Amino acid sequence: MTRRSRSATSPPWPVALPAVLALAFLTLPVIGLLVRTPWGHLLDILTSKTSLDALRLSLETSIAATIIAFLVGVPLAWLLARSEFVGRRLARALVTVPLVLPPVVGGIALLLAFGRRGLVGQYLDSCCGITLPFTTPGVVVAETFVAMPFLIITVEGALRGLDSKLEDAAATLGAGRWTIFRRVTLPLIGPSLIAGAVLTFARALGEFGATITFAGNLPGVTQTLPLAVYVGLEGDLDQAVALSLILLLVSIAVLVGLRDRWLRTGSAS
Amino acid sequence: MTDDSTQGIHATIGIDRGEFTLDMSLTVAPGEVVAVLGPNGAGKSTLLRGLVGLTPIDRGSIRLDDVVVDDPDADVLIEPAKRRIGVVFQEYRLFPHLTVEDNVAFGLRSAGFGKQAAQVASQEWIDRLELAALRARKPGELSGGQAQRVALARALATKPRALLLDEPLSALDIATRQDVRTHLSGHLRQFAGPTVLVTHDPLDALVLADRVVVLEGGRVTQEGTTHEVAQRPSTPYVASVMGLNLLRGKALAGIVQLDDGGELQAPDASTVGPVLVAIRPAAISLHAHRPEGSARNVWQGVVDNIQPVGDRVRVSVSASPSVVVDVTRSAVVELGLVRDTSVWLSTKATELEVYAG
Repeated sequence: MTRRSRSATSPPWPVALPAVLALAFLTLPVIGLLVRTPWGHLLDILTSKTSLDALRLSLETSIAATIIAFLVGVPLAWLLARSEFVGRRLARALVTVPLVLPPVVGGIALLLAFGRRGLVGQYLDSCCGITLPFTTPGVVVAETFVAMPFLIITVEGALRGLDSKLEDAAATLGAGRWTIFRRVTLPLIGPSLIAGAVLTFARALGEFGATITFAGNLPGVTQTLPLAVYVGLEGDLDQAVALSLILLLVSIAVLVGLRDRWLRTGSAS
Repeated sequence: MTDDSTQGIHATIGIDRGEFTLDMSLTVAPGEVVAVLGPNGAGKSTLLRGLVGLTPIDRGSIRLDDVVVDDPDADVLIEPAKRRIGVVFQEYRLFPHLTVEDNVAFGLRSAGFGKQAAQVASQEWIDRLELAALRARKPGELSGGQAQRVALARALATKPRALLLDEPLSALDIATRQDVRTHLSGHLRQFAGPTVLVTHDPLDALVLADRVVVLEGGRVTQEGTTHEVAQRPSTPYVASVMGLNLLRGKALAGIVQLDDGGELQAPDASTVGPVLVAIRPAAISLHAHRPEGSARNVWQGVVDNIQPVGDRVRVSVSASPSVVVDVTRSAVVELGLVRDTSVWLSTKATELEVYAG
C-alpha cells in the first residue's frame, strides 16, 4: 500500500529536477537577504534619520494612496460591475493598463499629464499654484496610479460574484439604491474590500519606478523605502539590506494575512 | 376597505422571457389568501417578480388598492422600494451581517426612522412572532423555522399594503414544516391586506389559502376555492399533486366512454357530453381474481410500478383505464404484487366524481 501510493505520487525526474531548481531560485535570494542582514547593529541602522524619514514617508504616502484609491476606486468598481454605459468594456480595459504598464513608463505618463507643462498640470499650476512633481503629494499620485487597479479589480470581482437576491430583498423593504449600497452591498463585500485595500497598500509601499520618475528622490520629501534601498546600494549596503528586510516583512505579513483571513472568503454568501 | 372592488390586488400580467411567456390575471381581495400553485417552470417566480416590481411587465397592468404600480401602456412603473409590498422570499434572504432585531427594523430604517425609533416600532413584530429571545442573533445561528418567522416579521414591520410569500416552507425539513405551516396560517389570518402565496406544495395551498390559482406553462389552468380544486381537478398536474386519478371521456346515459380506452359506470346519468372523472387512489381495490360483489366498475390490468407512500403503497396499474391505486402494505404481500403481476381492479360507481370538462 505504502509502496504503491509512494510510486504513484513521486514525480518523474524531468519534472522533479526543474521544480526543485525553481523553488531554490525563488527562495535563495530571500535567504541571501536574511544571511547578509547586519543583525548586530540593525536597530541603529533602522533608527537613523534617513531610515526613519523613509519609513515615515512610505507609511504616510501608502496609506494616503490606499484611502484615495478606496474613495474613488470602489465607486468605479461598482459602476463597472453593475451599470450599463457606453464604453464600459473600454473603461475596464483602461483600468488594467497600470497593472501591466512598466512603472517607469507610468511615471513619464504622469509627468506628461500632471507635470508643470503637462496636459492637466499646467492649469493646476496656473490656476491654483499646485505643483505635483517632486513633492510628497506627487509620491501619493504615483502610488495611487500604480496601486488603485488592484482595489478596483478585487472589488469589481466581488460585486460581480455577489448574488443580487439580498439587494432585491432590501428593495422590497423600501430601501433606495444608496441605502442598499451602504447597508447591504458594502457589508457583504467587506472581506473583498479589506483584501483589495491590503493589496493596494502593499503595492503602494513597494512602488519604485513611477515614484522616482514622477516625484524624484529627495530625502524626507519623496524618498520612500524602496528609493532609500536603491540609494543605500550605492553607499551603505547595510542600510539597503536592513530596509529591504522591512519591506520583506511587510510582504510576508500581507501574504499570511490575506491567505488566512480574506482571500478564501472573498465573496461572502 | 370600504369598497372591495377598488381594494386589494387587481393584476393582468404579461411577461416575455425569451421562449417563455406568462399571461395571467390575478385578483386578490383584502384579507384573502390566494395560493398560486404550479410545477417548477410554470412562471410562479416570474409572476412574483412582476408583482414586486423586480421585473417590469410587458403587457397589462397591476393595481394595488387604488394605485397603479405598473402599466406599460400608460408608461407607469413604480419601483419595488415604493410599492409597499411585503415579501417573504424562498430561503428567506435575511441579511447575514445584521442581527434578528436589525433585520426586522431594516424596512423602518429605510423609511427614514432613526435607529432608536425603528427598534421601538419593530418591537411589536419581534413580540408577535416570538423572536425576543433571538433578537441579538445573526441569521446564521437560526433554525429554518426561526428564520421564517424573522422574514415574516421583517416584511410585516413595514406595514405593507400586500403580502407575498414565495415557497415559504420549502426551505424547512419535513418534521418542522407542519408546525410552521400551522403558525404561519394564524399570522396570515391576522393580516388585513391581500396575500399571495406562491407554492408547488398542494398542502400549503390547502392549509393556508382561501382560493387556489393553478399556473402551468405560464397560463392559469384552473381557479377556485381549495375545496373545488381538490375535488375537481381539471388537469393531470392538479390531479396528481392532489393525489387523484383524472380521466377524460364522454358521458352518455350514465356510462363514460374514456378517451384513452375503457369505460366506467357513473354514479348517475345527469351529466352528458365531455366529462372529467376523478377517482381517489384509495377508492380503487385490487384483486387477484375477478371480484364478486357490488362494485359496478371492474377491469383488468398489469402492475406497472409500486411506490411506498407513508404507510400506504401506491401502485400504478397499466390498463384501460390506467390508474394509480393506494393499498395497504399487507395487501401488497397478500396479492404478491410485483411488476407485471396481472390484477383485477374494482371501484364503486359512487366513488367516481364525474363533472363536465
